[in-house]
Amino acid sequence: MNRWRNGEHLLRVALVYGLGVVAFVLLRMALVPRSFGEFGHYRGNAIAETARQRPVFAGHQACNLCHSDVAALKRTGIHAGVHCEACHGPQAAHASDPGSVRPARLATARLCVRCHAANPARPAAFPQIDPRRHNPGLPCETCHPPHNPLQFLSQHS
Amino acid sequence: MQVQGYMYPNEYELAWSILIVVYPYITGLVAGAFILASLERVFHVEAVKPTYRLALLTALAFLLVAPLPLQLHLGHPERSFEMYLTPHRTSAMAMFGFVYLWYLMAVLVLEIWLDYRRDIVLLSQRTRGWRRAIYRALTLGSSNISAGALAVDERAGYIVTVVGIPSALLLHGYVGFIFGSVKANPWWSSPLMPVVFIFSAMVSGIAAVLLIYMFTTWVRKRALDMRCLDTIARYLLYTFLIDFSLEMLDLVHRIYEANESFRSLDFMVHTRLYLSQIVIQIYIGTLLPLALLGLVQVIKLGATARKRIYACAGSLALVGIFAMRWNVVIGGQLFSKSFLGYTTYKLAFATREGLLPAILLMLLPLPILWGLTKLLPPWPEREAEPAGENRAATLSL
Ligand code: HEC
Ligand code: HEC
Ligand code: HEC
Ligand code: HEC
Repeated sequence: MNRWRNGEHLLRVALVYGLGVVAFVLLRMALVPRSFGEFGHYRGNAIAETARQRPVFAGHQACNLCHSDVAALKRTGIHAGVHCEACHGPQAAHASDPGSVRPARLATARLCVRCHAANPARPAAFPQIDPRRHNPGLPCETCHPPHNPLQFLSQHS
Repeated sequence: MQVQGYMYPNEYELAWSILIVVYPYITGLVAGAFILASLERVFHVEAVKPTYRLALLTALAFLLVAPLPLQLHLGHPERSFEMYLTPHRTSAMAMFGFVYLWYLMAVLVLEIWLDYRRDIVLLSQRTRGWRRAIYRALTLGSSNISAGALAVDERAGYIVTVVGIPSALLLHGYVGFIFGSVKANPWWSSPLMPVVFIFSAMVSGIAAVLLIYMFTTWVRKRALDMRCLDTIARYLLYTFLIDFSLEMLDLVHRIYEANESFRSLDFMVHTRLYLSQIVIQIYIGTLLPLALLGLVQVIKLGATARKRIYACAGSLALVGIFAMRWNVVIGGQLFSKSFLGYTTYKLAFATREGLLPAILLMLLPLPILWGLTKLLPPWPEREAEPAGENRAATLSL
């Protein structure tokens, strides 16, 4: 009897820990989404939800339909392999309704260095410039038409 | 120069920042402090008794901060709870959440509670107001502190400590395992890594408790227990020797094996890591404190000289172990897995993963520890006082 009374406080801790476990189990039941683990270690419903999302990229064939002039210019230049939306961003909304959705204007000082700023992780053969030294302060399109960057340079030479 | 030679694109910038250096450092302090505390309990090293409770509270204060650097590094701290909700059993990092929880709740909190139960009950009777409410809650409604009940606590505390030692080793061995098991990285991939981490954790934890004990005693204007200090310093020396031998073993093994990564790593140790590895970690952070601690063992010195030497050696050990974590975490990311190039770590200051948050996180356990010592005074004088009524009197805050 005495022993039981002297160990009673241990039962109290055990009870507190037990309550913690129960609270955790309840919390887990409430918080873990129903479809979790259906296919793997993720929420099964996520697949359907992702599939329901509308595409935001139209693809360059779509642009070429209406902007055949730009497409033709680009095809002749060094940026032929760079798709429209790599620079202009996702434009599915604009392509389906050009009247009400207009692509935002691009700031070349930021856009072009995203691909062309010198970076040791880039293949050495890729054209790279140091933006602090390569004509700083001037927008790139002053000298490089975005759709055919070497157009003027090749005309001069 | 930022990059030298060839780096793969994903190696150019370091993914693991100074916060990932702070994290194993802090968990190491936790494990080390706990192991020092368990010396008294399990191995009956009476001399270190004055630091027993202080070591436990130190471990708790640092353990509470341990996950913060990770959460700051990863972002979205609220998501870390999902690790518990949907446990990922094949991910070593995800399972760490359970190791952490186990160590916090099943070991540290339980051991502290059992050890302090008598004090908590007495405090709940002596204090007033909100303090009383806190202590009453902490008693869990039981005020039984008869000799029989305390004997039960002693026994249960012993069991918790016995379980706690492998848990502490697991806690920090696990951190070493995370690095040691990255097979793509020759700087980390070594089965010795968990063992080295455990011993370096013990070094840093013991050094931290030594310094905190000296500092708090000085602040409270009490006399240092020199027998205790000498014993801790001796244990510091022993664990440091083991730690250093293990690291040297690793080094000798690497040099002799001289596999395809060797030239690259060797180059790194002689250039980018020279200062942090050779100078700070090995010379200043290991050999110097070892020499100082060894000196005390061979020649007789007065108490003041010993105190100074211990303070010095303890601080250097902390610096050395921090450098070791730095060299592991940062060093492991400075070279290319192609072994053809090297990058540099640029440490920012007041950014999310900069120096400032790292310093703040390193300091954060100290105010927490201060708060804990206010709540649960760990000071050793009480142990010396006679049992009975006047013991309760000294407990008032
Ligand atoms: C259905 C025809 C059509 C399609 C498809 C189309 N556009 Fe347009 N786009 C237009 C029209 C019309 C304008 C001119 C709107 C104006 O000037 O008000 C325009 C204007 C633009 C502008 C200039 C906006 C400005 O402010 O000057 C850009 C850039 C542009 N489109 C990019 C694209 C891209 C990229 C695509 C492919 C994803 C694309 N467009 C697909 C019809 C189309
Ligand atoms: C290398 C990046 C880049 C690519 C690739 C690119 N553009 Fe542009 N585009 C620009 C920039 C920069 C401008 C000028 C700034 C602005 O108007 O936003 C521009 C302007 C335009 C304009 C406005 C009128 C004009 O002709 O200057 C249209 C329309 C346009 N782009 C359509 C296209 C289409 C269609 C494609 C794909 C065939 C394409 N762009 C590919 C960067 C690019
Ligand atoms: C999405 C990435 C991307 C962006 C954004 C981009 N470019 Fe390019 N650029 C390329 C690629 C790819 C090439 C072709 C490289 C090759 O074929 O060697 C190229 C080639 C060039 C070249 C030819 C360099 C040479 O000497 O061969 C110039 C000049 C150039 N880009 C300028 C620009 C300018 C100006 C902008 C901004 C309007 C820009 N680029 C934006 C990817 C990009
Ligand atoms: C003042 C005119 C001018 C401006 C503005 C300018 N460039 Fe150029 N760029 C040139 C000329 C001329 C060359 C070719 C000679 C050379 O390599 O310097 C060139 C070459 C390049 C090349 C090829 C480099 C190589 O080594 O293959 C790239 C890429 C480039 N520019 C990108 C840019 C970007 C991006 C910007 C905007 C930040 C920009 N340029 C702004 C005139 C200009």
